[in-house]
Amino acid sequence: MHKASLAEPHLPSTLPISPPPPPAARRRPEGSPVVRAILISATFGIVGLLILVPLASVFTQAFAKGLGTYWQNLVGNAETRHAIFLTMMVAPIAVALNVVFGLAAAWLIARFRFPGRTLLITLIDLPFAVSPVVAGLVFVLIFGLQTPLGEWLLAHNYQVIFAPPGLVLATTFVTFPFVARELIPVMEAMGPDEELAARSLGASGWQLYCRVTLPSVKWGLLYGVILCNARAMGEFGAVYVVSGRIGGLTDTMPLRVEKLFQEYNQPAAFAVASLLTLLALVTLVVKVSIEPRVRQEQERDLPPEISQEKA
Amino acid sequence: MSIVIQNVSKRFGSFTALQDVSIKVPEGELVALLGPSGSGKTTLLRIVAGLEAADCGTVQFGTDDITNQNPRDRNIGFVFQHYALFRHMTVFENVAFGLRVRKWANADVQARVMELLSLVKLDILAQRYPSQLSGGQRQRVALARALASSPRVLLLDEPFGALDAKVRAELRQWLRRLHDEYPVTTLFVTHDQEEAFEVSDRVAVMNAGKVEQFDTPDAVFESPASAFVLDFLGNVNVFHGRVQDGKAHVGEIVFDCPGPENQTFGAAKVYVRPHDLDISVEPSEGASLQVRVTHLRPAGSVTRVVAVSIDGQKEIRVDLPIGRSRELAIRKGDVVFVHPRRAHVFAPDYAI
Repeated sequence: MHKASLAEPHLPSTLPISPPPPPAARRRPEGSPVVRAILISATFGIVGLLILVPLASVFTQAFAKGLGTYWQNLVGNAETRHAIFLTMMVAPIAVALNVVFGLAAAWLIARFRFPGRTLLITLIDLPFAVSPVVAGLVFVLIFGLQTPLGEWLLAHNYQVIFAPPGLVLATTFVTFPFVARELIPVMEAMGPDEELAARSLGASGWQLYCRVTLPSVKWGLLYGVILCNARAMGEFGAVYVVSGRIGGLTDTMPLRVEKLFQEYNQPAAFAVASLLTLLALVTLVVKVSIEPRVRQEQERDLPPEISQEKA
Repeated sequence: MSIVIQNVSKRFGSFTALQDVSIKVPEGELVALLGPSGSGKTTLLRIVAGLEAADCGTVQFGTDDITNQNPRDRNIGFVFQHYALFRHMTVFENVAFGLRVRKWANADVQARVMELLSLVKLDILAQRYPSQLSGGQRQRVALARALASSPRVLLLDEPFGALDAKVRAELRQWLRRLHDEYPVTTLFVTHDQEEAFEVSDRVAVMNAGKVEQFDTPDAVFESPASAFVLDFLGNVNVFHGRVQDGKAHVGEIVFDCPGPENQTFGAAKVYVRPHDLDISVEPSEGASLQVRVTHLRPAGSVTRVVAVSIDGQKEIRVDLPIGRSRELAIRKGDVVFVHPRRAHVFAPDYAI
């Protein structure tokens, strides 16, 4: 408010601003209208060509032979059904594991200073940097049947590679950073005071966590979970390597799409692909709708009058 | 419940935050820990709260040794500088927190919270969220929250530090009245001497991890135990001189300072508060210092005079009662004589 009233006298009187725009817009340099028009249309053109057209074509292809065929493609094939089921199993398990890990790691990093902290922050990011295929290969090299660990596990009747546990492992690894990275800034913004206050008021560690820490970071956590889940369902590379691609057993949805496509079964491939795309769109809508809440959680030190305007 | 702190020390790496600190806060008193930042006052408060562990020494509430007790078992009320209210809870739930984690029955919680909220005059805002309150209101909620479970002691960490001057002054007086009504043993940290002197029954002046003086505000002001205390209370003229046979010499002026440490020859610092100096136009009997007036400023009941010694070496501040300054009718540029009525002498070893 204060800044806006200061800025006003400096505005040239010729500027055609009739309704009072929000303060942020008022300070933005306007630039030449021609350049602006070119930039805007170029951006929309590129977005349309690279994103909207493929998106539309997925659904067009999927529904090309009618709704009946589409439905048949999704539920009529046992292997496709199993792929959908498997993805719906693997993704939530990976997300759950990452929620536990992410909460613990974010709390550790935000609340304590210890040797190796920077290294830990870097390592959390590692899955972003490493190619998923490499990650998959690493798991094969660790748990594969030709390794001692793999042999031992198999001797105890437990198979990791070419089985659902391997899928969970690979997916968890690839989606490792999402929850933790989302939570670290939120927890840092929250600061230790509320937790200390809870402790001084007689809360046990568990009460403190459930009643103070978790509710304070819940939107950040949800945001991380949504991103993590989207990535977990769509993961291809790492899962490709560890799955062994056994139809009806270790094929997830993305793997199934690729297999159907290789078999020249385009309508079925696109039907499954459309389901994945739909999940992505839902993710996007939820993500956008909770973003303001996440921002609010991060901006904790607002003076009362500003937060009051928001409330 | 009294607080007995005995021989507490605390180090952070190579930094000594507290060094053999002992204080006894009598039951029902309000005691201020006063000192500059880094003097260890907040660390001491957090050790009493159990948010920090002492390296050695003990803390007792009454006769109960709580040195190794978990903060949740100590039953304390702690108020933070930045309120630390739970943002996702209403004012009511904030105050209720300490009762809920202790598994109070819902009806009792209801009654107790409303009692406290009316005590801090915020009962009509019970359903608001902290973000909808002003700073002063938030700190009152924090205080109500700290008092809810009838703590044995109340600990305040710079409670008014984040508020503007006017609200701060109001809350100070309000805290004092509240304490007179509900005399919970209270320890509060501040770097503001005015605040400490206005609110507290006793003041512990801290410096570099040690307690320099622990006494009533009057005693701290009237007979400061060390050069640091004098310096920290601020607004004082310092002269460098020497002592011998119970007298301190600063140039021509001689001060009495009977004390065993002032018998042998040595350097000394002589502290004179501005209101302990008088001005005369003519040199009078007794030693005085000739100065030139450089600045005059009326400040309520006193006139603040700034003068420089004739050799230009030393700036001296004098607070003259308004009547006295009218009588003298001195002006800027006048050459006058300054004489001290009272001084505090410390050997430089005791200085900061």
